[in-house]
Amino acid sequence: MARAAVRGRLSWTLAEVVELVDETAKVRSVVLDVPEWPGHRAGQHVDVRLTAEDGYQAQRSYSIASAPEDRRLSLTVEGLADGEVSSYLVGELQNGDTFELRGPVGGYFVWEAGMGGPLLLVAGGSGVVPLMSMLRHRQAAGETVGARLVYSSRSWEDVIYRDELERLGSASNGPEIFHTLTRSQPPGWTGYARRVDGAMLAETAWPVSAMPTAFVCGPTPFVESVAAALVLLGYPATSVKTERFGPTGG
Amino acid sequence: MAHITRGFQGKRAKEREDSRLPPGQYLSEDFPVLSAGPTPHTALSDWSFSIESEMSELKRWSWEAIRTLPSEQVTVDIHCVTKWSKLDTSWEGVSIDTLLDGVDYDATHAMAFSDGDYTTNVPLEDLLDGKAWVAFAYGGQPLEAEHGGPARLLVPHLYCWKSAKWVRGLRLMDHDEPGFWESYGYHIYGDPWREQRYAGD
Repeated sequence: MARAAVRGRLSWTLAEVVELVDETAKVRSVVLDVPEWPGHRAGQHVDVRLTAEDGYQAQRSYSIASAPEDRRLSLTVEGLADGEVSSYLVGELQNGDTFELRGPVGGYFVWEAGMGGPLLLVAGGSGVVPLMSMLRHRQAAGETVGARLVYSSRSWEDVIYRDELERLGSASNGPEIFHTLTRSQPPGWTGYARRVDGAMLAETAWPVSAMPTAFVCGPTPFVESVAAALVLLGYPATSVKTERFGPTGG
Repeated sequence: MAHITRGFQGKRAKEREDSRLPPGQYLSEDFPVLSAGPTPHTALSDWSFSIESEMSELKRWSWEAIRTLPSEQVTVDIHCVTKWSKLDTSWEGVSIDTLLDGVDYDATHAMAFSDGDYTTNVPLEDLLDGKAWVAFAYGGQPLEAEHGGPARLLVPHLYCWKSAKWVRGLRLMDHDEPGFWESYGYHIYGDPWREQRYAGD
């Protein structure tokens, strides 16, 4: 196993909100100016710490959505019903606000241009966020190795980064994008309309002979079933990297 | 001095009061799953648990054999580095004291190893004196594969990544070295009460 370089301590630093983008009804991207940001790799996350006036603090982890090449650090957050941090970030947060974060964190669920292999990305809901960082990085770095995204959403309105994915997908050498809409589909929908399963992956995933690397991110049952299906298709377990969102959080 | 976040109040009353909650953690009623890859499924007939030195295998149990060892019921709080904690979780397993009883070794640390090539390092003193178990039941039921079954290490006083899922053995070492997450920037020891999440914390 490759050993990551020894790093210094991850310190808390202040981030300032410079832009807020409503991606869907429940999902918002928070674009940040972080003067002391050390840089990151696609797939990593940050810890966010909020402090109330009485000193109460809450910490959560959020995936980084921006590419390492982007000038600003961007997080994309799904507001959870009971989520005290996510509901603050999606609801209350305004331009010019500041909060603490530290990172980047995580070195296993990462992809960098030059790592080889075609890239298979499988996303469930907001699990697309770290995978979007990889696609943005692939584009910014001019990487030509093949990439496919299989992305499961409840409905067309719930698709995060919808327009940008369409732009990326239609660019020359852009990723191939397969949407599946599990709850409702717009009139005339010709794409998949069910949960990601083995048959869908057999049609969309790179053949094992291409030696792909797979990144799977989403809620736990989604990740469990997709990872198991890829192993059944012959993907070596070590070529399937997973990141799971537990049933609680936020 | 902490930076006050404008407009943040925090909704969770229990977290404010609970002295059993380490810093930066929140309470979870569910049992979230975190692992780096696909869930391995090893047949019990192929399963074994080994104690190894750096040179050789010192002891090995089949599934049937390890289940004949005296087991203990433990109720403990568990703390995940991803910030959730779960209180009063109940487990059944064989203590590491029992497994190392009669094993002749000269070691300071152990590397737990698992199906799926996962490893994690723990000082031996954190595994002894009733502080750690190989657990095969959770909540009175056989441990589910996605939570580490058939058996996982349980070291509840350290962050959960030290409680290796799908554990298959311990390699005893005369030194410390990083395991899987430890070599990706997570803390070498991982004490939740000192909030040792990442290297240097």
